[in-house]
Formats: sequence, structure tokens, C-alpha cells
Amino acid sequence: MYNDVRFKLNGKDMIYTGDPLRRLLDVLREDYSLTGSKEGCGEGECGACSIVKDGELVTSCIIPVGAVNGCELLTIEGIRDTEKGKCIIDAYAEGGAVQCGFCIPGMVMATYCLLNKNPNPSEEEIRVGISGNICRCTGYDLIVECIRLAAEKGASIWNK
Amino acid sequence: MSVTKIGDRVKRVDAVQKARGEAKYVCDMTFDDMQYAYMVRSTVPRGKILNIHLPELPEGYYFISAKDIPAKNELWMIAKDWRCFAEDYVLYVGETIGLVVGPDRGVLKDLKSKIVIDYEEQIPAVSIDDGINCVGGPMFPEKNSNVMCELFCEKGKPMDEVFAEADEVFEETITTPYQEHVHLETNSAIATYEDGKFVFYASAQCPFYIRKSIAGLLDIPYGDIIIRQATTGGAFGGKEHFPDVLCGALLVAENVIRKPIKMVFDREEDTQFSVKRHPSKCIYKTAIKDGKITGVYGHIYYNCGAYLSSSYVVLQRGVFHANGVYTFPNTYLKGEGIGTNTFPTCAFRGFGAPQTLFAIETHMDHIARHLGVDPLDFKKQYLCKQGDETTTNGHIIEEVKLPEMLDVITKESDYYRKVKEYTPGCGKGIGIAIYNHGGAFTGNGEQAIIKAHSRLVKKGDRVTILVGSTEMGQGFKTSLRKICAATLGISIDDVDYPDPDTSKVVDSGPTAASRSTMIVGKLVERAAQQMKERWDEGDFDVEVEYEHPEGYPWDQATFRGDAYLGYGWGVACVEVEVDKLTNEVKTTGIWSSHEIGKAIDELIVHGQINGGIIQSLGYGSMEKLENRKGFFRQKSMSDYVIPTSMDFPKQFYHIQENPYPWGPYGAKGMGELVFNGASAAFVDAVERAFNTKFNSIPIPPEDIEEALKNVQ
Repeated sequence: MYNDVRFKLNGKDMIYTGDPLRRLLDVLREDYSLTGSKEGCGEGECGACSIVKDGELVTSCIIPVGAVNGCELLTIEGIRDTEKGKCIIDAYAEGGAVQCGFCIPGMVMATYCLLNKNPNPSEEEIRVGISGNICRCTGYDLIVECIRLAAEKGASIWNK
Repeated sequence: MSVTKIGDRVKRVDAVQKARGEAKYVCDMTFDDMQYAYMVRSTVPRGKILNIHLPELPEGYYFISAKDIPAKNELWMIAKDWRCFAEDYVLYVGETIGLVVGPDRGVLKDLKSKIVIDYEEQIPAVSIDDGINCVGGPMFPEKNSNVMCELFCEKGKPMDEVFAEADEVFEETITTPYQEHVHLETNSAIATYEDGKFVFYASAQCPFYIRKSIAGLLDIPYGDIIIRQATTGGAFGGKEHFPDVLCGALLVAENVIRKPIKMVFDREEDTQFSVKRHPSKCIYKTAIKDGKITGVYGHIYYNCGAYLSSSYVVLQRGVFHANGVYTFPNTYLKGEGIGTNTFPTCAFRGFGAPQTLFAIETHMDHIARHLGVDPLDFKKQYLCKQGDETTTNGHIIEEVKLPEMLDVITKESDYYRKVKEYTPGCGKGIGIAIYNHGGAFTGNGEQAIIKAHSRLVKKGDRVTILVGSTEMGQGFKTSLRKICAATLGISIDDVDYPDPDTSKVVDSGPTAASRSTMIVGKLVERAAQQMKERWDEGDFDVEVEYEHPEGYPWDQATFRGDAYLGYGWGVACVEVEVDKLTNEVKTTGIWSSHEIGKAIDELIVHGQINGGIIQSLGYGSMEKLENRKGFFRQKSMSDYVIPTSMDFPKQFYHIQENPYPWGPYGAKGMGELVFNGASAAFVDAVERAFNTKFNSIPIPPEDIEEALKNVQ
């Protein structure tokens, strides 16, 4: 028998009772059907599986679920209908940040983390903020522009 | 709702769903009683299979192999040489030998690890030179060679005459490497059996290709196989033919098991065991008389790996682009596709053109410096013009806008001031590359081979586009709906374009060769024009077929004639600063201009330009994929490194209009064009900053160090 792993997932209290060594990404995708987080590399390099853990951006593919006991987790499903989430997603759609889309939920999570910490980032700060998220389609320029757009359009939200 | 016009800025139809994490890629799909499959692959590059020792398989677990194929063990890409499952012998590391299939992935991984295969190993041919020299014995004993495919084209006088009359012949060899696609979504497919049909959900560019390729395994009619494209997370050519390899194996398994079977490659599998860009070796001999080029001889080798896949067509495109954007009075260009014991190479954005375009641009830079003139001024003398004879004895049909584009780019980048200021070896450099890309299939291929169809269905005030062309991130769902809506005079929101299902849509040809907007877009425009005339007739369908413009002959047997009716044209300029202690290169500026006829959607085109240029800069600077003794040395995203948001600065881009008479609203292809030049511009800039010469890419700091040592 395994010890319970208790954590808050998208605002809900969860008790996980399975193997604590399973990857957090697999538990999110398979046990809780939260398939917005993607597996791009499985080794923490690409950021497609990015989620927010206690306010920090992490790659869920290299975290064993046992390591999130007592933590607060946010996935794309947890932010997409919030004011902040909608602000980012609308900006991404308006400014052409999305191509194949596979990296985008992770990129949205990185943007969420960045703007929470720095509501008015410079281009350089944006590039640093998403440097752990690989995109093969866009060459990043339009993603960077969309993050600026989200910062500007949502100035009142991010400065709260 | 308002009427959509081509110039309108629209939101991509798929953007919100993807950003919300709601789009369903194959990895996100589940079925009741779902089984999983893992590939069992060869672990030696060349050898005979002596024995396959299987562990005891628990009930409900299967090992599927060539023995389970009821008909022919062949996939039909261009030829039928690629075996679905290797039996008796293997030709490369990673060749599929079997599948383990069953309900529990942990059990399957354990079973897979316990399968032991005995081989009698043979010496592999790995590099192009190995292949030329038939290392380990010829792969094609009947020909006593490893040459898989070859062609040549010639124009003007025989080259021996040209060389004899020349003051000098400038000769050099330029090589380009493997490149891995790294579409963020790995290769994946699910096979199911529904209502008596084999149904596949696939991450794929070309649903109809899959159907054609795999039907022969069971000897069943195409109609018994249905391919449904799932949301596809990037492809870049990597999902043009390669999905056949997954779906073929799954079809054989599905025929036995008749339950949903899912196969998703992990990144290590995708990096080591999927198709790649062809490595190339280009030998150029250029005749110079009175400081002018009088003829160019090019001998081009591509490493095709063990099976042909699309290599012959890739090689043709490589040869047809081997003169770059220049008209030379005399040319002889020869291409040979070399078989080796490595993973087959296949389509990758540019489809053979990037290799030779890199080579000729770099070669031209080297000749210019050898002659002591500015490379750009040197190149400008040879820019091709409308009416010029091409290397295939056809003609440049369109007006070439390169001079105007060069004016824009040299002004925006301040090229001429910087060229003067940045003396060779000063640590700063600026480089420029000029390139093109022939749109759609070569010659009359669209008419002779593809015969594309498009169908529009009107129901009430809504119109549905039924074509086999796929969205893989490039934005085609949005562009095509825009063409349809603008032509009909309705809103883009009233046009639907569902993901292709081969049982429901017509075959509009592969989503490849930068042909979708140019060819399928035109078909939809034509269908929409017909529909508009009959709009008040109620609900009806319109179907149209491709028609090739008359008066542009092409002979596929001799490769003579008009290879392409229209090219996209490009200019890329890159500026760098180098650290002479560490040899690190910082790119400080990127400028580009592209002539694509007409941008159907400027935002989508902007995204394509940015992405293509960064992929090209990755190719030139950092993406190192080496094969040693048949094994790829780089195995994942931690050792095969692609650009991040920190590696390159914001780009300046310019779009040059030049309406193309046979494209929708004047549009031509552009998806591949934007890849074709930036790597050469980058290398040109780095050469100037260090005052050295590179004859191969990529040039990460360790390779620069080597090159500098060799010069000293």
C-alpha cells in the first residue's frame, strides 16, 4: 500500500492513492483526464507539459506525483476560464501565436507565471520567461508579441 | 455576419481550441478496451536475422511480425521497397521487426525488453562516401552499386569545352548534415476496426498516401481503409510518408486483434527512429574567365538511407535548385541518391532544395572572396530574369522581383555600410543569401500524377470544404476558408473545413511541396466561383479537378522543360557578433524579403516566415545530428538542440507582391521557401566575422574552433 498524496489541483482537493513514483504528467493526463498538458520530450527540456506548482512554472514530466504532496497545482484546464487565462488565450489567438499548437498550453502556463510576477515585461524579459518552452513552428516572434499584447490588454488584471 | 475579404485580418480557426488545451491530438484520444503497441526494432545496422527469441506472452498479448502479413510485405510510397516488418535480414538500426501489443504498457515494455534477436552482423555503409565505395558490399548487387536513383540536366556547351576555355576552375565540396524535424508532437496513430473497416486516427500530412501505401499488406480495396487525420502537432515533411510505417504495422496487428490499438512514439524513438533530412555532399566546379562565371558543373550526392521513400523526388528538386537563383551560360548538374545502412531519409521542409541552395550560395560567396569582390555585388550579375533559359532547358516564366527585394533588404539592414565597416575578421559580420523554391510538384506532376480534386458542399447558407489537404500548424484551414469565403462573398465563419476523413473527402493530393495554397487553393477558388453563380439553386455540391496551363512542356523521362510554373523568391540577411575567445556567435539582426505572389493571410505568412527562418538558422548553426557506425549519436532533445526564444532576435520581414496568374488571388507556395536561405546568410556572416571559410554546417563553437585551427 502506498501513502496518500494530497494536493490541490485547479482549486480542488485531491487524494492520490497510487504509485507515488508515477510521473505527475501521466497522472494528470490519465487519472484526471487533463490532457491539455502535453508530452513533448519526457525529460524536462521542451516545456510542453508545463504546469504551475505553488506559483512556479515546472515541467510535470520529470516530477514524481509523490513530490507534490501538500502542493497547489494549476494546469491549463484550471486557468483557461479565468480572467487571466482568457486574457492570454485571446491575445494568442488575436496575434497569431498559435500554429500546430502542441507547445501552446505549456506556453500559456509560462506566460501566466511570467505576467503574474512581472505584469509589464520587456521583450528580453519575455524571451527569458518562455526560454524553457520550445516551439518548432513560430520562431517565437509572434508569441513574444502576443505576450506583450496580453500584458497591455490585461494591464488591470495583472497589476491586481 | 460580414463578408470576409482576402485582405482582412482574421483569427485562426484552431487557435483558441489549441491554446485552451482542448484540441485532440492522437495522444489525447482513448477508446474502450484500448490496446497499446510498441515497435521492436533492429539493433544492428546490417545483418541477417538468425533467431527471434520471444518470452512467454501472457494471454491477450501479441507479437506481430512479417508472419502475420497475409499479402505482400511492402509499403507503397514511391517505390514498394520499404518493408513493413523486416524478416530474414535488416538494413538499418531501428528497422521495424515486430510490434508487441497488449493492454498494459508496463507489461509490454517488460516483454519488449525480454525479446532477444540473434543477428549475423555485416559491415554497414553509413556515410555518403561509404555508400559510393560500397563498403560492406553493394546494397544493389545487380547494379554492383549503392546508387538508388540518379539524374542529370545540362544546358549550353559541354563542360570540358567550357573548362578548357576558362582562366581557372574554382572547385570545392560543400556538405550539409542530417536534420531532425522535432515536430513537438511525436509520430503517433491509433488503429480501430469499425463497421467492417480498418479505421486509423493519425498524426499525418497525407491521409490518402497512407491508404495507398498500406492496403497491399492485406490486399484489400482502398475503401476498406479509412484514414481520419487527428489534430497534427507539426510535421515539416516528417509526417508525409513516415505515418505509413506506423499505420502499416498497426494494420497488420489490427487484422489479427480487432481492438483499438494505440502507438505513440516517445521523443527518443522519434529522434532515433524516424526519417530525417538528407545529408548531402555537393561538388562544384565553376569555370571563370575574365572574372566572370562561364559554366557550373555540380555533382550532388544525397544520403538516402536504406529505402527509397521519397528520395528520388527529393534529389530531383535538389538538382533543379542547384544553380540557385542564377542564370549561368553553361551548366551540367548531376544528382545521385546513395543507399546506406541508415534510417531512410525523406521529406523535410524544402524537400532537397535547401541542401543545394546552401551549397551554391556558399560557393558563390567563396568565389567572390577569391576574386576579391563583394559577394552580393558578384551574385547580382547573375540573377535570373523572366525568359531566361533554366538548367532544364525551360524558361523562367514570371517576372523576377529580386532586385527590388534586395534594395529593401540592403536598405533595412544597412548592408553596404556594415560591409565596409566590418572588416574581415573584426568580430562582426553581415551575410546575405538569395534563394527560391519551385511551387508544387515538378513539371507536369500535378496533372500526370496527382490529379487533385476539391469539393464544396452548400447546405443552406453554410459551405463545407471537402478536401484531403491537412492542417498541421501551417494555417491552411484558415487560408482555405478565407479563399472560399472571399470568393463566395460570405463570412469565413460560414465556411467549415473538417479534418480530412478519406471516406468523406475527395483526394486533393498530399499536403506537401508548398502546393496547398497554390493548387488546392486555386481549385477551391474555382469551385467557389461556380457555386456563387448558382448560389440561389438551394443545396448542392461543386467538384472541380486540376487543369494544367497549356504551353509549358515537361518531359519527366529526360527532365527537360519547365520544371516549375512559378517560384517563390527570397532574400535573407543575417548579422552576427562573435566572441573570439569562446567562438560563440550571437545573431544580432535578421532581415528577410519573400515574393510569394500574394499573401492570402499576412499574419499566417508572417508566422511561417519567422518559423522557417529560425529552423534554417538552427540547421546552419546548432542542430547537430551525427550517425556513427549506423547509430545516431544524438538521441533526444537534450543532445539534439533546437533554437529557443533566447537564441535569435526579433526579425524584420517584408512581403513582395507579384500576383501569380494560376494561383488563388495571385498566391504562390511559401511554406518551404522561407527555410531555404537563412542558413547560408548566417554562415556568410560568420565567415566574414572570423575571416575564415566553412564548407559544412552546422557550425557550433566547437566546429568553428576546428575550422580556425585548420586555417592556421
